Amino acid sequence: MSADTLDVPGLGAPADTEWETVVGLEVHAELATETKLFSASPNRFGGEPNTHIDPVSLGLPGSLPVLNEKAVELAIRVGLSLNCRVQPSIFARKNYFYPDMPKDFQISQYDQPINVDGWLELPSGKRVGIERAHLEEDTGKTVHIGGGGRIHEAGYSLVDYNRAGVPLIEIVGHPELRSAEEARHYVTELRSILVAVGASDGKMEEGSLRVDCNVSVRPLGIDRLGTRCEIKNVNSLRSLGRAIEYESRRQIDQLISGHPIEQQTRHWNEDDGRTHALRSKEEDYDYRYFPEPDLLPLDPSAEWVEQIRQALPVLPRDRRQSLAEAAPTVEADHIALAVERSMDELALAAISGGGPSERVMTHVIQNLADGVGMLSPESLASLVAMEEAGELTATQAKKVLAVLVESGGSPQKAAQSLGFEAMDSGELETLVDGLISEHPDEWSRFCEGDNKLTGFFVGQVMKTTQGRADGKAVTQLLNARRG
Amino acid sequence: MSAVEIAAAVRSGQQSARSAVEECLSVIEEGDAEVHAFNLVTAAQARTRADEIDAAVADGRDPGPLAGVPVALKDNLCTRGVPTTCSSRILEGWEPPYDATVVEKLHNAGAIVVGKTNMDEFAMGSSTENSAFGPTRNPCDPNRVPGGSSGGSAAAVAAGFASIALGSDTGGSIRQPAALCGVVGVKPTYGLVSRFGLVAFASSLDQIGPFTTTVADSAAVLDVISGPDHRDSTSIRDSLPPVTDTLDDGVDGLRVGVLAELSGDGIAPDVSARLRAAIDALESAGARVAEASVPAAVFGLSAYYLIAPAEASSNLARYDGVRYGLRMDASNTPDMNTATRSAGFGDEVKRRIMIGTYALSAGYYDAYYGKAQKVRTLIINDFASVWEQFDLLVSPTSPTTAFSLGERTADPMAMYMSDVCTVPVNLTGQTAMSVPYGVGDDGLPVGVQVMAPALGESVMFRAAAVLEASLR
Repeated sequence: MSADTLDVPGLGAPADTEWETVVGLEVHAELATETKLFSASPNRFGGEPNTHIDPVSLGLPGSLPVLNEKAVELAIRVGLSLNCRVQPSIFARKNYFYPDMPKDFQISQYDQPINVDGWLELPSGKRVGIERAHLEEDTGKTVHIGGGGRIHEAGYSLVDYNRAGVPLIEIVGHPELRSAEEARHYVTELRSILVAVGASDGKMEEGSLRVDCNVSVRPLGIDRLGTRCEIKNVNSLRSLGRAIEYESRRQIDQLISGHPIEQQTRHWNEDDGRTHALRSKEEDYDYRYFPEPDLLPLDPSAEWVEQIRQALPVLPRDRRQSLAEAAPTVEADHIALAVERSMDELALAAISGGGPSERVMTHVIQNLADGVGMLSPESLASLVAMEEAGELTATQAKKVLAVLVESGGSPQKAAQSLGFEAMDSGELETLVDGLISEHPDEWSRFCEGDNKLTGFFVGQVMKTTQGRADGKAVTQLLNARRG
Repeated sequence: MSAVEIAAAVRSGQQSARSAVEECLSVIEEGDAEVHAFNLVTAAQARTRADEIDAAVADGRDPGPLAGVPVALKDNLCTRGVPTTCSSRILEGWEPPYDATVVEKLHNAGAIVVGKTNMDEFAMGSSTENSAFGPTRNPCDPNRVPGGSSGGSAAAVAAGFASIALGSDTGGSIRQPAALCGVVGVKPTYGLVSRFGLVAFASSLDQIGPFTTTVADSAAVLDVISGPDHRDSTSIRDSLPPVTDTLDDGVDGLRVGVLAELSGDGIAPDVSARLRAAIDALESAGARVAEASVPAAVFGLSAYYLIAPAEASSNLARYDGVRYGLRMDASNTPDMNTATRSAGFGDEVKRRIMIGTYALSAGYYDAYYGKAQKVRTLIINDFASVWEQFDLLVSPTSPTTAFSLGERTADPMAMYMSDVCTVPVNLTGQTAMSVPYGVGDDGLPVGVQVMAPALGESVMFRAAAVLEASLR
């Protein structure tokens, strides 16, 4: 072992060592502008190849970039909602040759990004530091024809520049995530913030949200960071988790076997579930950043930033908090899910309209997964009130809810149309007494303490009433008769 | 006839635009085989446009302030549907789908494009010998260079192929050839003229400006081509009052500084003699003349030859064979890029791309590009304090008169020294122009450079007009 490898955390560690995974994420999100970052071509997903283009997005000689003000506004929205400091910034050229990059440089921000020093709070309450969130332009897409789409076996390649120049915000987080699960929570939370502030549609499957993850490992209790690898091509939350778990395991195994980690960029392969080395640090590009001379420094006025701040919607974190306060007995996961589905406003309105919070949340989580449709908060509130008063059974309520989602209206009317008039207690008593005399054997076993027969009697009642009866009321009645 | 005179004659119906164009075309026909000012003569389009102008005049419509004036465009200015080569093989076959803003403005003012002029490839050079299509010769002496990089435009005006021409000036590429060919050449304040449609060499230094035979013509052209343009983010938001309006206001009482650092060592004695004559002329017109010093100006050339190549290395990356222009065959994309760029670029362009790439590389950035930017700031600050004492500065435009073809091609450093007097002004963004002021011992033209602070064009043109008048 040479002297410089002595410093490697965990190198040659015993097999029973406890390890910590360290993850830092770089998230690229396409900003939801009408036009591109530096030209008037539409910013739209898909389209026939090379139809959303113009001299600027093709980098034609003599063309010049003109900054899209809306993109700057959206970037500031993102910065503010991630608790960043919005500062004067400059654009820089990141130089490298690639056919899908029309100018063979990317206009990005380097040493003076627009947003710095923020944080994002995970639903668990943990805060993850945000180093920066800067503006840059997207590249086009290269399609390799023949050879199964792989570059080395392809007969030729075609380039589609529709995406070239689409505005991106790159959000660089500190390496403060400690597991694949935490990384997924981070991306989920970040995505819901981006969507909430209208900055991005956050669609990972369309590539409007892309995640590069830096992974390293170290024995638990060691402060120093291990050598990291950057993983590219992570296209879904699921592959994010899988890639981090695989990569962390790979690094641990390698360290235990006495081999230091080489700093690399690695490619996640969804099919074999592994990461593969793309290039080492030495092979990495020298981007030769320098200030973009065709654009002026960007210095948003304090008034403008303040206006943007005032107009920000309530963020998911605050929405979760409000809902949790209104529904204190509901578990945090369900609160988070309701906010993620943007059903928190409905739930809050229903609760403040008198609906008991647990019942409201049960409907939101269990029965409204496909959306709220025509359902109004008032209807939801009166529906749960009817349930609470015993006018509807849980089964009936679910059916009524489906009608409300489908066509709106009041739960009373919907219940009527479904024939769910509440049975009066006399009717129920007559029915139960009739059943007792029809099934004397079962009744005597029940009276001797065989409680399983409750289900039999309730089932019979339901069958006869076609589900109109309240199961609870039947049970109460049976117990009362048993004495 | 000057451009202003042609426009007046065409507007009043005394002369047709068509006849003005025909006259130019026949002079080109006669002379350009030797001079080679043009990469392309657009005779058919020019005739069509001339007929449109004449029809407008006949209909009583306003044909514009430059009606019927034949104009030559440096071949790095984009012209819709007309090849724009930058005198490079790498742009072979490319036709821009748009006109540069200046081309649009000239067109709307009634000027008529007669052709695209030769230049040093991508404007990199001081003699127009670095052209893929062969050198341009100086109309004053065919064995001499016209200067560069806008040598074709300067020669076109000097030879009477066009009344006016546009060039671009990154380190002196308008002023130096203007001086060597004996015409007026102007580098406007950075941002005064839109760069949209100018194929970039060094974006923070490039400016478009006119070549003309008279000071009044340059003023008229500048008034047409300047002004804000939303397509160029570095374009100055405010318009300048027309330079033409104050052209005859003289220099009485103006404080004129003779820039010591650009007027002493290395300047040929016959050039210095012409500068002294010009100073005398300004003094007798009422200017107060004193020596001025910008100590950091001596570092201008060194800073320029790092900053300009650094920006160029990035600006010229796009010529990769993928989208337009030349493409060489190869078995994969990186090899195709290399083969295309090796075949498409000339030696000087390659040299500057390499210098610029090196200057921006990790580990060298601070020592080269970073240091050069600090020197640039120093020069800006030094000029700023000089402008507290002076309204104008003067110096020679070029240290020598036109040199012989081939004389400096083997020695890049000697070639770079041609720009020593012109480069500082590009680094500061201020305006400067070259005014022809007699001839040197060899009988070849000498130019005097008049410099003014940013947006000081009006005062600068007043001095230029005084110098011009003093020779009559």
